[in-house]
Amino acid sequence: MDFIEGLGRSSRISFNKLGRATHFLIQTISGVMSVLMRPRLLTKQLYSVGVMSFLIITISGLFVGMVLGLQGYYTLSDFGAEETLGVMVAASLVRELGPVVSALLFAGRAGSALTAEIGLMKATEQLSGMEMMAIDPIKRIITPRFLAGLISMPLLAGIFSAVGIVGGQIVGSGLLGVDEGAYWSQMQASIDFYDDIINGVIKSIVFGFVASWIALFEGYDAIPTSEGVSRATTRTVVNSAFTILGLDFILTALMFGDH
Amino acid sequence: MNNRVSDQDNLVSVRDLTFSRGNKKIFDDISLDFQRGKVTAIMGPSGTGKTTMLKLIGGQLFPDKGTVFVDGQNVHKLRRADLYTLRKRLGMLFQSGALLTDMSVFDNVAFPLREHTQLPESMIRTLVLMKLQAVGLRGASQLMPNELSGGMARRVALARAIALDPMMIMYDEPFTGQDPISMGVLVHLIKSLNNILGLTSIIVSHDVHDTMAIADYIYVLSGGKIVGQGTPKEIQESDSEWVQQFMTGAADGPVHFHYPAKDYIDDLMSSGKRY
Repeated sequence: MDFIEGLGRSSRISFNKLGRATHFLIQTISGVMSVLMRPRLLTKQLYSVGVMSFLIITISGLFVGMVLGLQGYYTLSDFGAEETLGVMVAASLVRELGPVVSALLFAGRAGSALTAEIGLMKATEQLSGMEMMAIDPIKRIITPRFLAGLISMPLLAGIFSAVGIVGGQIVGSGLLGVDEGAYWSQMQASIDFYDDIINGVIKSIVFGFVASWIALFEGYDAIPTSEGVSRATTRTVVNSAFTILGLDFILTALMFGDH
Repeated sequence: MNNRVSDQDNLVSVRDLTFSRGNKKIFDDISLDFQRGKVTAIMGPSGTGKTTMLKLIGGQLFPDKGTVFVDGQNVHKLRRADLYTLRKRLGMLFQSGALLTDMSVFDNVAFPLREHTQLPESMIRTLVLMKLQAVGLRGASQLMPNELSGGMARRVALARAIALDPMMIMYDEPFTGQDPISMGVLVHLIKSLNNILGLTSIIVSHDVHDTMAIADYIYVLSGGKIVGQGTPKEIQESDSEWVQQFMTGAADGPVHFHYPAKDYIDDLMSSGKRY
């Protein structure tokens, strides 16, 4: 009986939270026009959400590409197909690793920072203060950050993939002797703009949307204490990771399922 | 106080208000009036809902029952846009100051002006410097909030609260944690701003001495009810046990020292749980 009661209670809490999150998202999106009219609000957030994530994305992309080059070479050389290393590296990055890993890094770097920032603003009554000044905190604080996340994510994923491809080339051609011309030409011939690149971009937009939504909502919904903000920050990283990986499976099945 | 002035003289009227958090009743069918141009204080022990009352007046919380009228408008019946229009005419000083930590003192005070007006930057600068001069912090205009003391932060918040020349300011525990000099400065500022700008002020505080010095009328709340009301003199002479306990700071009385609990001996003898 206790189990059923507990299940009912936790389901009710979860649905309640989902409802609040959806309401929050609708309010956030309804503020988009007013933010676009004031591009300064957006550029400031693009800097802190996007530009500040550039370094971690670039370095991670480089190493992921280098590891792909290394692992790909050892596998492909067994079949004498090391010339196709460029295709393997590029396809892995553009279709999967670029959007997914950069979204996970984005959630860890920018998402956690957003949650902590909004949660602390709530704890120090800055959001209440804005409301009492007749300034909607959703439009002034949340929407610019949401848009910045949505815009930054595909760009960061693109940078991740591009740097990763260069990393794969450095290892493949520079260290392991794969022909440089073959590396690039095979890639050019096999990677499709719509099937691979655009699908990867769509994934990264979806991941940017959910990662920003989760991060901002968790901050806005946080219990306004130090422990509450700390828990909300942890939830952002954990929930974002689960959601990104789950959605990646669904999107991959939808995009590449008929191949 | 309900009958002491006509409704037109009251800027804020709270009628038959009931508000609960969970199972706990914070206000139980109470009515209060706040007269135009006067300093009215809401006093009472911690946890009696003084700050909650300010949030109800500002429309940030909704009552279970009852109405709140501000300048003739039923706050909780207003559409969002109308509520925001009303709030532009209300200032609120939060206990923490609630300054935006990523902006300088100047930008904090300029914030409501930039958000709500189309004034040129040169005029905003003049207005901000005037407001900062009024609170004695013009020289600190370029400091960041983390470089301010608690008293300075509240004065900056006060400058921001008067930036749009409101008709009323609500002060949430303005004296808490202040040293005697900062306290004296704040007391002087609240009183002089009220008189010079013709504001209506509502002060929520449990600081008996300083609040009595500047308030024109006082409500003492406890247990969800108004346990005393009147001018500072009337409050001082009140024969209510509740009011006297609060005024004298007695550890025990109608407001118990101990939080409700089961019998002490039983509690000590029981095995209890480890947390």
